[in-house]
Amino acid sequence: MNSEHGRSSKAGAAKWYELFSRGARDWLRHDEKVREAVRANLPEIIAGADVINSDGARTVRVPVRMLEHYHFRLRRPEEQQGAGQGKAKPGDVFSDPHRQQGPGEKGAGGRDEGEVQLLLEFKVDDIVDWLWEEMQLPNLKARAGPSEETDWTREGWDRRGARSRLDRRRSFKELVKRRGAPGATPTFTDEDLRFRQLARRRQPAVHAVVFFMLDVSGSMSDRDRKLAKTFFFWVVQGLRRAYRSLETVFVAHTTEAWEFNEPDFFKVSGTGGTVASTGFAKVREIITARYNPGRSNIYLFYASDGDNSVSDAQDARAALGAIAADACFTGYVEVSSGLSRQLATETGKLFAELTSAGCAAGSYALNDFDDVWGAVRHFFAAESQSSDGAPASEAPPSAPTP
Amino acid sequence: MSEGWQSYLRRIEELAARSGLKFHPVDFEAVPDSFMMEIAVYGLPVRMPHWSFGVRYIYQLIQRHMGHSRLFEVVFPGNPGHAYLAESNGLAENILVTAHVLGHADFSRNNLLFRRCQEQVSERIVEHAANHARQISQAIEAHGAQRVEAALDAALALEQHVDIDLPLRRARYPEYLEDVKLLVDDTFRRRFAALEPPGAASAVEAKKRAPIPPHPERDLLWFVANYAPEMESWERDIFLAVREESFYFYPVFATQIMNEGWASYWHARLLREADFLPQQAYLDAIKCHSDVVRPVAAEQQVALSINPYHLGFAMWEKIIARDGLEAARHIMEQDDDFSFVRNHLSRELAEELNLFRYSARSDGQIKVLEPDLTALREAVLAPKYNFGAPIVSAARVRNDGTLELQHDSGSDGRGLDLERSRKVLDYLQRVWRRPIVLTTVNQAGSGLELNAP
Repeated sequence: MNSEHGRSSKAGAAKWYELFSRGARDWLRHDEKVREAVRANLPEIIAGADVINSDGARTVRVPVRMLEHYHFRLRRPEEQQGAGQGKAKPGDVFSDPHRQQGPGEKGAGGRDEGEVQLLLEFKVDDIVDWLWEEMQLPNLKARAGPSEETDWTREGWDRRGARSRLDRRRSFKELVKRRGAPGATPTFTDEDLRFRQLARRRQPAVHAVVFFMLDVSGSMSDRDRKLAKTFFFWVVQGLRRAYRSLETVFVAHTTEAWEFNEPDFFKVSGTGGTVASTGFAKVREIITARYNPGRSNIYLFYASDGDNSVSDAQDARAALGAIAADACFTGYVEVSSGLSRQLATETGKLFAELTSAGCAAGSYALNDFDDVWGAVRHFFAAESQSSDGAPASEAPPSAPTP
Repeated sequence: MSEGWQSYLRRIEELAARSGLKFHPVDFEAVPDSFMMEIAVYGLPVRMPHWSFGVRYIYQLIQRHMGHSRLFEVVFPGNPGHAYLAESNGLAENILVTAHVLGHADFSRNNLLFRRCQEQVSERIVEHAANHARQISQAIEAHGAQRVEAALDAALALEQHVDIDLPLRRARYPEYLEDVKLLVDDTFRRRFAALEPPGAASAVEAKKRAPIPPHPERDLLWFVANYAPEMESWERDIFLAVREESFYFYPVFATQIMNEGWASYWHARLLREADFLPQQAYLDAIKCHSDVVRPVAAEQQVALSINPYHLGFAMWEKIIARDGLEAARHIMEQDDDFSFVRNHLSRELAEELNLFRYSARSDGQIKVLEPDLTALREAVLAPKYNFGAPIVSAARVRNDGTLELQHDSGSDGRGLDLERSRKVLDYLQRVWRRPIVLTTVNQAGSGLELNAP
């Protein structure tokens, strides 16, 4: 019959299906939808993920189910009847660990067990980008420093240069200019070529130093510490994006205070009582030793359960006040899993006093992992408003305003 | 792939024609396995893009990697028909597949359900589907991927909700009640009306606007395309494109046992009669045949589903042995799976094939039930009722454009899965653009309303 015809058409037609997979295309779209869905719920999903300890890998794995395209279906009954085949007598009972799929025919409906789970891997960097983008967090207000950084920037064009820097658009413009009238066949000459030039530029420095201070005393439970560290982790990630050069200082305290490097800080735990003034004093000491408050933007974030010893109140108030005078912002996160005391603690009062005294300070009661992003949003949304009010002249040209 | 098979093609075709098969010519094309898989996923060689096909594609990939499924051929009915063979098929497999395809070609040309649907859709579904795909890529360019995807989400979610008893190209409902009477004017109704006392329905109602729809409408795709208050014309086209493809898929779905059985019967028989085949090719092909029609996977004792190839094959063998080929061809022309299984799955055959009925509890415990032929037949057919979907009809459009859908839980025996139904309403609401209400029943059997938004 027509097999001849079939063979000839096969030879003539381009085998498009070898170059292009519709299945893969539609799968990618599915994948994209999953990522969109994950992204929409990111704060909740990420809050629980153990990102802090996954350092090095810098990715988070999120288990997701495949999306289902929904159809009208009947409710799954308590007992479902079916037809089978094989050696089985009436009354035989057996259990079926994975109820096997029928011959997967379209519309055959019914069984959706044996579902496939996907593990989507997200880069921490991407997540932070999305989150900070979504939250519209501010590029922190900057104090202009002296021009300390140098960097290569594009500047102007030249007729000679490395081939990789050829500016095609510009060269074409030159060609058009030279030829004048359109319509003529354009031919390039060396005259037309333009190469991008680079120049060393001094740029105004935007310096920021952020102090993360954590209460690791015995009254802080493991969960409290984890909560605080999760909050810090995301703040660090976010701030690194906002500042070209961000310095971070990590301080932990019980009745004493120590400075840590970042990896150790996220692992630290301790025992003993709580004397917050030691921590504040340590911060103060570091500021005087290393930073010039006139040039740097100083931020302090402090996480504690708020149970500062009562006898320390006076010292703590003084030490904190000294920091607040120089800092752009001081924030207090009260982690108190279980009992939500809503900042009615010793330390909570200290920060409340600061706020009422007109300092840039804020507090947030963080009780649950779901709320980590609530905390981040709380502080940085507030910061963005205050920077809106700042005189425009304070902002150097390189710092875009929110 | 082995080209040697081509040399047998003509002789197999001649043998088939001599054996009484009546088929349109079939074009054979050998394609890579990856493309075979896509045809199976999409159901058509070229079809509209949608992410849900991507999900099926991944499931297929997984199945294939686990060695669960292997596709030898896919055939599309038409004149000429078109058969795709996997390039990885060996000579014996291709010989078998050729004979199998001719069985399908005979079936799709002569079975009444196939014929009716092909008359509606035309014999060129492959081209039509490719046109739909093109039309949808144009829509994506004109209106953006997101809006097209929203329309496809809704249309494909309703793909089983068509009424194949009415024509593909249906006229809109008459606008006035008077005309409604004309709509249902057939011989029976005229004679029935003659029994009524005259003057019962007076002219008082004349020119009263007919409600929309005048009767519960099961063809949701058609109804939405025609009566959605604020749908754009390209969205209506998408609904109608999906509907046309559903009309094509219905006979494939509703005659699967018969059709696969018929093709399997014929490939076995043609191979037996093909004295021109070398012995080795014949033996290999027969081995392949027994793999295809085996009831239970090799490592298993019991299967909780029935292999339609096996069941159909066994039934046709019985019928032809008992009543002869003429009678069998008659059945093949007139039946679909429902009448085929109900009329021809006999007690002896069910016992011979070790078919059983079971009940599965939600905790995974499965109990084999007492034999009951009628119930067994229904258990085989149950997944096929109503295109495999619950019976949901459009009942009314309120003055404010609210669409009332009703689920016929009486016929279906229980209520809808609420979670999924809500999602479907969400899809649909995005194209209907007015509120939608769906009534069904809850676990206790009392009425329940779902709303979107």
